[in-house]
Parts: sequence; structure tokens; C-alpha cells
Amino acid sequence: MRSILIIAIKEFRDGIRNRWFLGAAGALTVFALGLTFLGSAPSGSVGVDRLAVTIVSQASLSVFLLPLMALLLSYDALVGEVERGTMALLLTYPVARWQVVIGKFLGQTVGLGCATAISFGVAAGCLVWLAPQSTNWFGYLVLVGTSIMLGGIFVAIGLLISAFPRQRAAAAAFAFIVWLLLVVMYDMALLGWLVADGGQSIGAWLFNFLLVLNPADAFRMTNLAGIEDVRAAAGLLGTEMTGPVAGITPLISMVLWMVVPLLLSVMVFRRKQI
Amino acid sequence: MPVENAVEIQGVTKIFATQYALQNLTLSVGAGESLALLGHNGAGKTTLMKLILGLLRPDAGQVRILGVDPVGKGADTARRFLGYLPENIAFYPSLTGAETLAFYARLKHHPVSDCARILDRVGLAGAAGKRVGAYSKGMRQRLGLAQTLIGSPKVMLLDEPTTGLDPELRNGFYEIVRHLEEEGVSVILSSHALTELEAHTRKIAILRNGVLIAAGTLPELRERANLPIHVRLRTEDTGASDNIMSQLPNGITPKRFNGHAIELALPAIRKMEILRHLTSTSDGIADLEVCLPSLGDLYLYFQNQSVPS
Repeated sequence: MRSILIIAIKEFRDGIRNRWFLGAAGALTVFALGLTFLGSAPSGSVGVDRLAVTIVSQASLSVFLLPLMALLLSYDALVGEVERGTMALLLTYPVARWQVVIGKFLGQTVGLGCATAISFGVAAGCLVWLAPQSTNWFGYLVLVGTSIMLGGIFVAIGLLISAFPRQRAAAAAFAFIVWLLLVVMYDMALLGWLVADGGQSIGAWLFNFLLVLNPADAFRMTNLAGIEDVRAAAGLLGTEMTGPVAGITPLISMVLWMVVPLLLSVMVFRRKQI
Repeated sequence: MPVENAVEIQGVTKIFATQYALQNLTLSVGAGESLALLGHNGAGKTTLMKLILGLLRPDAGQVRILGVDPVGKGADTARRFLGYLPENIAFYPSLTGAETLAFYARLKHHPVSDCARILDRVGLAGAAGKRVGAYSKGMRQRLGLAQTLIGSPKVMLLDEPTTGLDPELRNGFYEIVRHLEEEGVSVILSSHALTELEAHTRKIAILRNGVLIAAGTLPELRERANLPIHVRLRTEDTGASDNIMSQLPNGITPKRFNGHAIELALPAIRKMEILRHLTSTSDGIADLEVCLPSLGDLYLYFQNQSVPS
């Protein structure tokens, strides 16, 4: 436990020292504020809660931005140290390889989580003033919590990517491909298939199951489908939210997407020859 | 409790791609014993160290450090008593020297307050607050040595520790190593600098293409190689040297240099006999010098011996 904490604290401090977390917090704050003020512009006319609109737009932004940030942070975590030569020395210390992986995961997730919480907190401060009577504050808390989780998920995936290759460049390329596949292409492919299929073979259950299978979509489902006002703002009123997308299933999917890559990266890294 | 061997290597083979990095190597280093690894570049010295450290896994055979498998259970604890200085040491460039050492001290469960003393010991007290990225090669190497000193190491692995250090730093470096050996630390070091190692009476292992071709102390290796001893004589004049040349016992080949200097090559076991002969029978010897085969001679001898003819 002690060794994990030492590694985690070092990782966290490194992120602060090289301004990485500061940059992430700054970018997220700019976007969150922008969406808070601009994104809620149309709400007056349709009478939807301002906060609900903000939740929808911020969730849509987080789903692209946070995975990218997390992967950029973590793809280098293991392979970078192996390539630079610091890993060989670190592993001759009384610290197990799994502790290195978990420590790095914790340090980076907490760092990115802090950046997320700060920027969403700043936006929340403005929302208190913009939408004081909103009943959707719980939804906003869910958004912040799941956004931090989303960061953790892609930190874990990034660590898995980082455990395999010998070169950093390979890990970087692979991280980008994974981001593209999971965050961008998956939805497009699913939509394309749905349209081409015309509802013949894909039932609602299978479609929802495929959605929940993807961590980014599970994040969307948790935030967009949970609260009625938010569903209205997202244009999801009247959609069939049953089966795999209902309840805590998306949340379970997210937890699995965090735990499984982490375990796999521990397994891969343990066998690695430095 | 029986005293465990510091390092125990039994029949270890390591293959990279299709090439043998180490082939059926058996070697042991007792507690408090020291070992110098010699060999050409790519002979397998670094591979051997990495196997001992558990950074690599052997393809065959068994490695034990302080009685445990370096890639198995209990290795984490054993590593607390280990110091390693890699050949090309790399640090986190954004940390200062003091921060670097504090990080490693925490991992080794060693009080961070002791770091200043260690930095002082390697002569880095003045640069403790400087970023490691701005350190010179010599300073990095000294910081590398400093991190091996954290805690109370029982085994130290130093991979080419003196490359890139100036003679003064080298001396300081060996000074520290000598102190450690006196404290009972097993120091395993690899080096190309044969004359430096010769000053230390430690066990020597010579590797060639992943095969251990000789192991033993310097006197043991000398005995095994049975290289001739050279006795150099300087005589007062040419007549005296003619006289000596004519009276030499059988089996000794003299070589003459510029009139009144003679070099005799003789087997090691006849050293005393010949010296007695020279001092009792010959007049006119102005000076006498006995040269034992150097580590360099031995190294070349064993390297050449191992080449299959």
C-alpha cells in the first residue's frame, strides 16, 4: 500500500509540476463555461431547465475530450519510463510491478479527476446563478462523478496500451487508434448498421446492449437517460430506455471498463522484460 | 541461521531472439564476497546483472539473490537490501538531486532525513537543489552511486560504474566501494578498466560470448593460466650481463635489451629458485624487477584460450 501511494503521489506531483493537470483544468474550464453560457441560450424558448441543457452539452463534450486527455496522459506512463531507462532502476527497488501500475493509475486518475472537478465546479458556480431553482443538481453531480470515472477508464486503457510496446511512438499511435475506435467510430458504425439494417435483425435490446458495451456510450447513457429533464433536453423523451441501458447497468459497464484494462495491464507488465 | 550466498546462479541460459546472451552459466557470490565481471562488449555482463535483479527472466536455470528467486515471491523484500547502478543511469530530469534521492529513500523505507548525509558522502551536497536534468555525467553517476547507498544494502550491482568519470572521481568512487566491502557488502561490478580492478583483491569472472571462461581470485587465475613471470635485470656493464647470460640455469629464455638489460621469462614456480640463483652467483646486477602477469595479460590469455581452434 505504502509503495503504491509513493508512486501515486510522485505521478500526481509530476502532473502538477509539468503543468499537465493545470492545462487540462484550464481547457476543461473554458469549455465548461462556454457551454454553460452559450449552450443554454436556446433553453428560454422551449422551457427546458437550463441546468439540464448544460448537463447534456457538457456530457457530449466530456465524452470526446476526457478520453483523449486521459490517453495522452497515460500512454507514456510505462513505455516512456522503460524507454528513458528510469523503469529499470525503479523495478530494482522493493516495489512490485503491479504496485507501479496501480500507483500510476491512481496518481493520474486523481490528477485528471481534480482537473475535471475544478472545471465543472467553476461552471457549477455560474449555474447556481443562472438556474437557481433547478431540480437537476443530482444529475450534475452524477455528471461530475461519471466524468471522473470516464477519465479513470481511459487512464486504465492507456496504461494497457503503455504496457505492450517497446517504443513510445507505437504506444502513441495505438492510443490514438483506440480513441478513434471507441469514441468516434463505434457510434458511427452502430448507427450505420442500424440504418442499413432497418430494424430487421437489431432489436432494441441488442442495440442497447451494444451501446452499453462501449465505455463512452455507457457514460452517455448514465448521464442522458437518468433524469427526465435531461432526457427532454437530449431529445430522448419517448425513447425506449429499457433492458441494458436501464438502471445501473451502464455504471457496471464503466466499472468493468476501468478494472479489466487495469488488471490486463498488470498482467502484461509483469511478464515484460525490461 | 545459515549464511545465504549473496548470489547463486545455476545453469542459467538466456536467449535473445536466436542468440545466446548467456549459456549455461554457473556462478556464486558468497555473503560479503565481491566479484568483478570482465568481458568484451556484449559478453553478457549486463544481461547477467539484469537476471540477478529480476528485470529479465532466465530461459533455463535458476537465479537466487539472498536466497530468493528475483522474479518470484519474496523478491520485493529482498530488493530492499539491493543496490543497483545501471550502465547508463537515467533519472527523472525535472526532480532535483535531493528530491530524486528522497523518492528512492521512501521506496526503500529509509528515512528521508538521511539523504543529505548520503549526498554529502558522494560529494553532491552542493548540487542537491539543482535539477537532475542539468547534472553533468559525473554528477549523474555520483547520484547513481548515492541511490545505491540508501538503506543498508547487502548486495550491490554496479554496471560499468567508472566509465566517463575522471581519474579523481574514479578514485573517490573506489574509495566508497572499498568502504562498503569492509562493511561486508557484496559488490558485483563490471568494468573494462582492468588496471583499476587489479588494485582490488576480489573474485574475478571472465565472460566471453555468454560463456563463463574463468573465475577465481587474481592469484588463482595466475596459477591457472601459468603465464611466465618476467624478471628484468639491469647490469652495471655489458660484461656482467654476458656473464649472467652464460650462467643461467636450463629452461630460462633470456632476452637482451640495449647492452646491459636482460629480461628473463620463467615459469611462476621457479621464481624463488631463479632469484636465489641470481643473487648468489651473479655480480654486477644493478637493479632487479619482478613482473607478475597483469590482469590484462590474464584477460587476454583466457579470451584467447576460449577461442575454438
